[in-house]
This record gives sequence, C-alpha cells and structure tokens, in this order.
Amino acid sequence: MSRFDFTLAVGDDALIAAQRLGEWTSRAPEMEEDIALANIALDQLGAARLLLTYAGELEGAGRDEDDLAYLRDDREFRNCLLVELPNGDFGVTMAKLFFLAAYQVPLYSALAGCADERLAAVGAKARKESAYHLDHAALWVKRLGDGTEESHRRMQDAVDQVWPYVHELFAPDPAAPVDPSTLRADFDATVSAVLDEATLTRPETGWAPGGGRDGLHTEHLSYLLAEMQVLHRAHPGASW
Amino acid sequence: MYGNDFAPPEDAPGGGLLGEVEAAEAALREAAARARRGGAAPDEDVEAYFADVINADQKIEPRDWMPEAYRRTLIRQIAQHAHSEIIGMQPEGNWISRAPSLKRKAILLAKVQDEAGHGLYLYAAAETLGISRDELVELLLDGRQKYSSIFNYPTLTWADVGAIGWLVDGAAIVNQVPLCRCSYGPYARAMIRVCKEESFHQRQGYEILHTLAHGTPAQKAMAQDSVDRWWYPSLAMFGPPDGDSTHSAQSMAWKIKRFSNDELRQRFVDMCVGQAEVLGLTLPDPDLRWNDERQAYDYTQPDYAELMRVIKGDGPCNRERMAHRRKAHADGAWVREAAAAYAAKRAERKEPVAA
Amino acid sequence: MSERTERSEGREGMPSRHGMSERTERSEGREGMPGRLGMSSSSSPLWEVFVRARRGLSHTHVGSLHAPDAELALRNARDLYTRRQEGVSIWVVPASAITASSPDEKDAFFDPAADKVYRHPTFYEVPEGAAHL
Repeated sequence: MSRFDFTLAVGDDALIAAQRLGEWTSRAPEMEEDIALANIALDQLGAARLLLTYAGELEGAGRDEDDLAYLRDDREFRNCLLVELPNGDFGVTMAKLFFLAAYQVPLYSALAGCADERLAAVGAKARKESAYHLDHAALWVKRLGDGTEESHRRMQDAVDQVWPYVHELFAPDPAAPVDPSTLRADFDATVSAVLDEATLTRPETGWAPGGGRDGLHTEHLSYLLAEMQVLHRAHPGASW
Repeated sequence: MYGNDFAPPEDAPGGGLLGEVEAAEAALREAAARARRGGAAPDEDVEAYFADVINADQKIEPRDWMPEAYRRTLIRQIAQHAHSEIIGMQPEGNWISRAPSLKRKAILLAKVQDEAGHGLYLYAAAETLGISRDELVELLLDGRQKYSSIFNYPTLTWADVGAIGWLVDGAAIVNQVPLCRCSYGPYARAMIRVCKEESFHQRQGYEILHTLAHGTPAQKAMAQDSVDRWWYPSLAMFGPPDGDSTHSAQSMAWKIKRFSNDELRQRFVDMCVGQAEVLGLTLPDPDLRWNDERQAYDYTQPDYAELMRVIKGDGPCNRERMAHRRKAHADGAWVREAAAAYAAKRAERKEPVAA
Repeated sequence: MSERTERSEGREGMPSRHGMSERTERSEGREGMPGRLGMSSSSSPLWEVFVRARRGLSHTHVGSLHAPDAELALRNARDLYTRRQEGVSIWVVPASAITASSPDEKDAFFDPAADKVYRHPTFYEVPEGAAHL
C-alpha cells in the first residue's frame, strides 16, 4: 500500500466511524452517553480531517478533505468493513467501537514513531483519543457482558456478529508506513482481557470477510455515502 | 443595578449578550459578597425572610424556605427548559449526517452535543428543588410537561440549521440572558454556564446563512426560504402577548422572570433587523419599519392561535419528536438495567469500582 | 398518572410554612448535599462533581450528574463538565455520601463566627512604616 493509500485508508476508517457514531445523536440509552458518543465521533472526525487533508497533499491532484469525503464513490473508499456496518443496538455499537479502538490504539502509537512527520503528528494526537475510546468501550462491554441476562446475551451476540470483520484490519502489508500485521498481538491481548472480565466468549475465527482496503465494500456503504454526500453533490462547486 | 433595563449591546462589557452574561456573573458574586445572611432564625417569619432575600437581590438557595408556588413555578420552568434542550437536539441532529462539509459536520455535532449538556445542567438545577430526573423524564414522556414549541417545526433544508442558530438560538439567548440573574441560585448559575456556551451557537448559525446568502443563487434562495419559515415561529418563542400571559406578574415579583414577553420580543426584533441587512436577506414582514417615537421597530405579531395549536400538540412534528424521545428511552432500558445490575454486583463483591 | 407522581404532586401542594416540609427537607439535600431524591428506584444514583480548573486551585463544585457507578460517573463528568478544557482534575462524590449542615443549625453553625473579627488580618492596625506584614 502506498503512503497515499495507507493515509486514505486510516482516514476513511475514522470518517465512516464518525458518520456512524453521529447517527446516535439524540438516541443514546442515557443522555450522559449521548454526550460521550458525540465526543468520540468528534475525535474520529477530527482525525479523519487531518488524514484526508494529508492524503490529498500526498496525491498532489489538488483534492482537499471535502473533495475526498464527498466526491468519491463507494468503490473508491478504502475503509475497513467493520466501520461501515450498521450501528445495530447499543451492544453492537460498543462491540464495533471496542474492536476499532483496540486496533487504533496500537496503530496510532506506531504511527507516532514513524518516519513521516505528518503521520507521526496525527498518531501522537489520535492515540490519546483512541485510548479514551478503548476505555469507554471496554467499560460498556464489561457492564453489558456482566450485567443482566438479557444484556449478556445481547453483548455476546454483538461480539459474535462483529468479530469476523476484525481480521481484515491486520492483513500484512510490509510496504505500508505501519505494517498492520504487527498490531495483531497487541489487539488480541486487549480483547482477551476485556472479554474475560466481561464474562464473554471470544468467538472462534472462521469466516473472515475483507475487501474494504481495495474498495470492495458491503452493501451498506453506498447508502451511508448517499446520505452523507447528497447535499454537497447537489450543489457542485458551492462553498459552505 | 440590575432590574431596570438592558444596557445597549455595544455598551456591555465584553460586548453584546455575552458581556451581559459576564455582568450577571459579576453581579451574582457581588450579591454573595454583599451580606452574609444565614437562614431564617427559628422565631423569624420565613415569608418575610424570603421576601428580604429577594428584595436584596440575593439568591435563594436549595436549603432556604420558599413558597410552594415559587418551587412549583421553578420546577415547571426549569424542566420545560431542560426538555427543550433535549428535544431541540432532534431538528438540528437531523442534518448531522448530511452536513455539506466536514467542518460544518464537526461544528454541528459539537453544537447538538452542547444541547444535551445544557439539558443535563438544567435537569440538575431542577433536581435541587426536590424532584428526580426520572420523574422529570416521565413528565416529558407522557406529555404532562412541555418543551418549547419551536422544536415542533421541521428542518427541511441545510439553511434551516443556519436559521435555527441565528433566529431560534438568538431568541433563546435574549430570553435566557436575564435568567442569569434569576433569584434562584442553581438556575442562575446553570444559565450563566449555558449562555456562555451558547454564544458560539448563534454565531455559527449566522455564519451558515451568511455563506449561503453570498453563495450560488440556489443557496441564497435556500437561505431566504428558511428565514421566511422561521421568522414568525421565532417571534412566538417569547410567548403570548403580555396581556394574555398567565404566569408573568408573579414570576416578575419573584425575580424568576425579569422582563415581559413583549419587551424581550421587541428587543429581539430590534437586534435582527440590522443583522438581516448584513446577510442581505429579507425578514418576511412588509410592515416592519422604524418608529422614531418609540425608538424601536414596529412589526407584525406572530400568529398566536398557531402557537397555541402547536403547544397543544398539533404542530407539524409534535408526534414525531415525542415518538423519537420515547423510542430512545425505551430502546436504552436494557442498557440502563445492565449498568445498574453490574454496579450492584460490584458493590456486593465489595470491590471498589472507583478509578 | 403513576402513584409516584400523584404523591409528589400532593406534597407540592402541602402547606409548609415555617420549618420544613418533608419534601423540602429532602430537597435541601441537593446542590452538594446528601440524599437521593424522590422515590424512583430505576434511575442511577446522583453524583456531585468537583473540578480543579487549573493547577494551584482547589476543586470546586460544578454540578451533578447521574451514573450507575463511580467509573462511569467520572467519565460522564469529563464529557459533561470539561468539554472546553475546564479542568485538570475531577472528583465525583455520591450525593448520598455528603453530610450537610441543616438549615436549622445554620445560625448556630455560622453566626458565632461573625463576631470573631480578630481572625481576619484587616482587624489589626499596622503601624505606619511597618512593611511586609
């Protein structure tokens, strides 16, 4: 993966995650949680903007963050499938966030030490934010896993449902600024510890869908983009 | 001394409404410093004591004796205010997913998030009066307490996000700034915090409209259309005309409310005229003109019959707004139960959960 | 109408001149004082939040919130009360763990301090020319 593709992929992950989290606004289980989810969405969106801006510069074709966010079709997006999956119930959203953050923490930490100064700066900023996301998601995974019978069932279902989509995150790529396969051990350790404490079972690894990094997505992404891009595309060239 | 009139915006320290909020905060500190008055002595007439505190422009605090009607009025008003913040997240939240640039998306997310925060500050203030959050939420969900009728209008275009910021938040701020001087301490303090945070809300709305009004013809038309739709509902936010307002006189005497509905509405109109000119947009009132004698603008009153219809539940979005809130509450029940069960298990095991 | 609300509305109407009605007594509790309010059991407990705005300042009461346990209370406090970098340190305290002076004791508690002016430096006359005092 070139530096451009890599930056785009990491930026698209953050952008699509922010878009999904933003859907929770005014719908969270507690009003306090509404605020927390918005904070996490804002962090992801902030990282996405820095990364997409930098990707545009790397490409050198004059595209800015909005050109990249609003004027690409789903086949041109490089995000992982995990982030585009629908929110589901609060358990599914927490499972998605937990796995994403458990990947982003070591990713951003590695980026913080990489040779590319711009990526290093993004990594240094975003790893602190991701650490908070991981903490928040882990708190909820434990509470739902070890809460009531119903919440345990729902949280286990959520973990089972989302788990297949994590493998794509770690596909080896020695040419990338950070080889994702090097992050897997860290991810597994985090996940095992939290799932254990939450009295949840880590699913067996079987089906492992992928393709997001090559622009082959689930059916969900096109709908997400249709909504996200509709206004921007309806007024070509306009300023907002 | 406060209580007599508004300083013209440009004279306020710090400039404009935000300056007035800061002045209110300073006045709160001054009043606190001015005299040390404890509670009523055991043999003192508590009503006289209460009146004394109010007359001295000092704050009533949760532990003070207060007339039941004062308590009820405050609970109703603060709760309605809190509910408005929470329901108010919906019309603007409606555009988060479609915000036309990433910068606008971030601003809007932060703004709607602030509204949730303001709702929580206000629920906390109401709880000091002896009612629980659960009870307040229940009162909202089964329709026994109201929220501002403005949120029963739909946001049909992106420009509506701008119009809400400029007109709706603008009207809310004109309403709320005097509440920073309300006689009930926790409410006054919550309002100071809310108003300080809200100052960015109005500006972002104005900026959206300004950008649209100076954009493509389609964008400008979108902006004008939204101002046409939001102007009169915004005027109606100040409530019925003074003659028809049921709670006003007593609330003024208690210094819960400090200006009449019509005074505040006039002030809002006078502010907006110049701002609309800068936008290059027209306020949809052919009779809007300067009255030299009154030193204020003459304007057409909003349709108060419509206001009453919307308050009673027949606005365009009342049913949707309530259904949305009820669904969020119901969908979250299993999560809240799980968290409570987890906390109980932890407490039983006597494991400290503190971080 | 739920039983709970009926009861609470009944109480609001109760005459409570002089002294405290049961309700007032409880509501006293709030704003940094003890007592879960109301009889509702489903909601999570109330926590009082204290924030240290900057190094060198003490923690100050900023408000309250609901959370099922201390960990979540702390995180909710961070999101609710320090969105604009208002703090460098947060305490959360269960509202029920705070014991407050009661209004009846108020005078007994605080008035005796009123005549001890000698506790304040302004009580003392500083002779002219004496510096660094």
